[in-house]
Amino acid sequence: MTFSSTADLKAAVAATRFGLGARPGEIALARHDPHGWLQAQISPNGADQPQAGGGGVLAGTPESYQAFLAYRAAINAAGQDPMARKAARQPLDDALAQEVLARAWLAAVTPSPFRERWALFWGNHFTVSLMKGEDVGATAAAFEREAIRPHVFGRFADLLSASSRHPAMLMYLDQQNSIGPSSPAGLKRKNSGLNENLGREIMELHSLGVDAGYSQGDVTEFARALTGWSMGGPGAAVEQQGTFLYQQPYHEPGERRVFGKVYASGQERQAQAALDDFAASPHTARHIAHKLAVHFVADDPPPALIARLEAAYRSSDGDLAQVANALISAPEAWEPAAHKLKTPYEFLISSHRAAGTGPTDAHKDVLGPLGGFGHRPFAAPQPNGWSDAAADWAAPDAIIKRVTFAQGFANAHAPKAGGPAPVQVAQESLGARLAPATLTAVQRAESRPEAFAILLMSPEFQRR
Amino acid sequence: MTQHFTRRSALALAASTGLSAAFIGAGGAQAGTFENRKLVVIICRGAMDGLSVSPPVGDPNYAVLRGAIAIPPDQALKLDGTFGLHPKLAGLYAMIQSGQARIAPAVAIPQRIRSHFEAQDMLENGSGQLYGAATGWLNRTLQAVQPRRPIRALSIGAQEPLILHGPMQADSWSPGGRLDPTARISGILGDLYKDDALLGPALAAGLKTEGQASALNGGHAPGGGDVQAFAVTAAKFLRAPDGPSIAVLSLDGFDTHANQGAAQGQLANRLGVLDKVLTGLRDGMGDQWSKTVVVVATEFGRTARVNGTAGTDHGTASTVILAGGALARGGIVGDWPTLDQAKLFENRDLAPTLDVRQVFKGVLVEHMGVDGRALETVVFPRSADARPLRGLIA
Repeated sequence: MTFSSTADLKAAVAATRFGLGARPGEIALARHDPHGWLQAQISPNGADQPQAGGGGVLAGTPESYQAFLAYRAAINAAGQDPMARKAARQPLDDALAQEVLARAWLAAVTPSPFRERWALFWGNHFTVSLMKGEDVGATAAAFEREAIRPHVFGRFADLLSASSRHPAMLMYLDQQNSIGPSSPAGLKRKNSGLNENLGREIMELHSLGVDAGYSQGDVTEFARALTGWSMGGPGAAVEQQGTFLYQQPYHEPGERRVFGKVYASGQERQAQAALDDFAASPHTARHIAHKLAVHFVADDPPPALIARLEAAYRSSDGDLAQVANALISAPEAWEPAAHKLKTPYEFLISSHRAAGTGPTDAHKDVLGPLGGFGHRPFAAPQPNGWSDAAADWAAPDAIIKRVTFAQGFANAHAPKAGGPAPVQVAQESLGARLAPATLTAVQRAESRPEAFAILLMSPEFQRR
Repeated sequence: MTQHFTRRSALALAASTGLSAAFIGAGGAQAGTFENRKLVVIICRGAMDGLSVSPPVGDPNYAVLRGAIAIPPDQALKLDGTFGLHPKLAGLYAMIQSGQARIAPAVAIPQRIRSHFEAQDMLENGSGQLYGAATGWLNRTLQAVQPRRPIRALSIGAQEPLILHGPMQADSWSPGGRLDPTARISGILGDLYKDDALLGPALAAGLKTEGQASALNGGHAPGGGDVQAFAVTAAKFLRAPDGPSIAVLSLDGFDTHANQGAAQGQLANRLGVLDKVLTGLRDGMGDQWSKTVVVVATEFGRTARVNGTAGTDHGTASTVILAGGALARGGIVGDWPTLDQAKLFENRDLAPTLDVRQVFKGVLVEHMGVDGRALETVVFPRSADARPLRGLIA
């Protein structure tokens, strides 16, 4: 745009790359001070919490886990009767739909979209997935609200600890029944033993990173230290069900050597000490810095950006508010060229933000389209979470699905006659990032829905 | 995982690609011989437990190591004196009995890795090194075959896997698209994407596939949900005139750390899905099944012993399944290392007797007619120690 200034472009980048796509008026609001607009969203209280619509309440983990136990009892009683099985499932499905809708609504309407994107990044970093089973599915959303959102601008060590102790994570990575072979329980029960799944993924995915240089022996030793970290399951007292529970009889006695450091016998604290060391490790700083740069800026991010984030992490002892500050202050992160392709979730949310609307029906507006895109919330196929790479979301079939989604969305949500003109909608949404070719195509569209669909599918709307 | 290493390796690979172009045209099999050959690669992600897919019920250590999750000998579908097949793989069993499928029970990727994501990278990049290439070996197969016989590949599912990433544009399809290639917006976006290296080719390929999908199903796009119908439609793509020669699909959910089950249960349910995919492909291919090979592979196997939570942890060798009417009749593929304690890799895993690249290379040479030198330099560089497995194809 001929007359756009640096401030115009920075405001557009702030709202689309760091935020979740501009709502009408947002770029104008950010234009005065794009960096300050983002900085004000870094909150010591963490991320915002999704709120249930219609005066409902989103259930905490113990209640959600008990809902799972009730489901299990009902499904056993239902036998092969399909109607009874469906009825048994219904409460879990309804609760998940309510969670998914509340979360998507928050993202679509929040005036603090950078805060929300930051939270979504960490939710994906610490993936738990309903693909594992109904127990994880019932508690996955509560996990994000309880273990992730409060800590996303706090110390990484606290985030790591909260994630590693949460029942959803314990169940997702099979920690709750991991028993030290020489523990009292291990000596008594022949068919029991160590499960190294959580230990491995904490080291590989959550903290140190796969190339940190630890060995299989380190993984096993850390898994031994973690024994005892468990939860109240079906057989526990009702008030303990779905809560973290240290099971002393499961804990492998003795000192442990993990990644070059010896941890004295220490029951529950032994694994926590290792976690704290992982959080303080330069490998973790590097791993987190790289992953953030990939998420926010480019699939192959500038090394200088990674170095800044890494330095911020190390000098602040893993204070994520400082890391967020370093990100929005890094010149490399403001480069006008948009390298990141939106994920389907980002595309869906930013479409609502462009229209100035929000999702109102969990199935029709969120689960349906995202299921088609292969990006259903809380359903990542593997513990490394959803991919951040453009190539993984840009297969021919996936682009066709985006077009058909855009057409349907535009038919439902394009501003009607009497509302803002299509060109204005495009300018409000992309600001100085709007390309002349897209502007021309929007102007030439045959109808308001067509103009809006073109906007949503334009190369610059697809990227951020 | 440093970027430096990746870029350097990719450059090395590009150099070898350039070198190979000179001799790809010369020699090798004639195009006509391999006309209409079809290859389907199924990746079972999460580390599929080969010891449950093809349980060695005749191995004296199997029942001891596996305890409650061992497949009971009377429930395994008997293959020979050592091996059975999981009871949920009844469709595959029928293929094996009619000489249209075989199992290779002790196969692994070239390096010993126990991270899912690294191992999948190694399985799919084909360079023999972790993150050694940013492209997949099936994409490089298209490159290698291109000069003599342009063929295409199709990725089935919402995401394109690494195995197909690369400069050769692959088609992709999953149920539920439905866009008319002649609709106005298709043309408008085509114009907006004309200089877009990512979105432009993707849209064009997608529109082409949409047109085919609609034609194949009498004007109706097939729905999701029914696995068998999905596989049948995927096969119709391959069978169509000018259809792709290669298809890839992924199945998830094989990471059975806890409550794996035996003849019934978590893993059994996933194997039931795999069986439906295999029989769906066979049914959908119809008379073209005789020109088809399906390879089912996973990133690594699982521990030989049951763990403390009635599951298994990350291991080493697993089973590769070969199916298709183009296969030569035969028994078990590769040697069986046994589950003898002294033979276990690191005293915990089934040891491999075959490098998975040997299987892939054998299929590419004998079934797809890939030139031997291109195979060694472009498709699977630095793989001289993994010689193609011969005699798999009739």
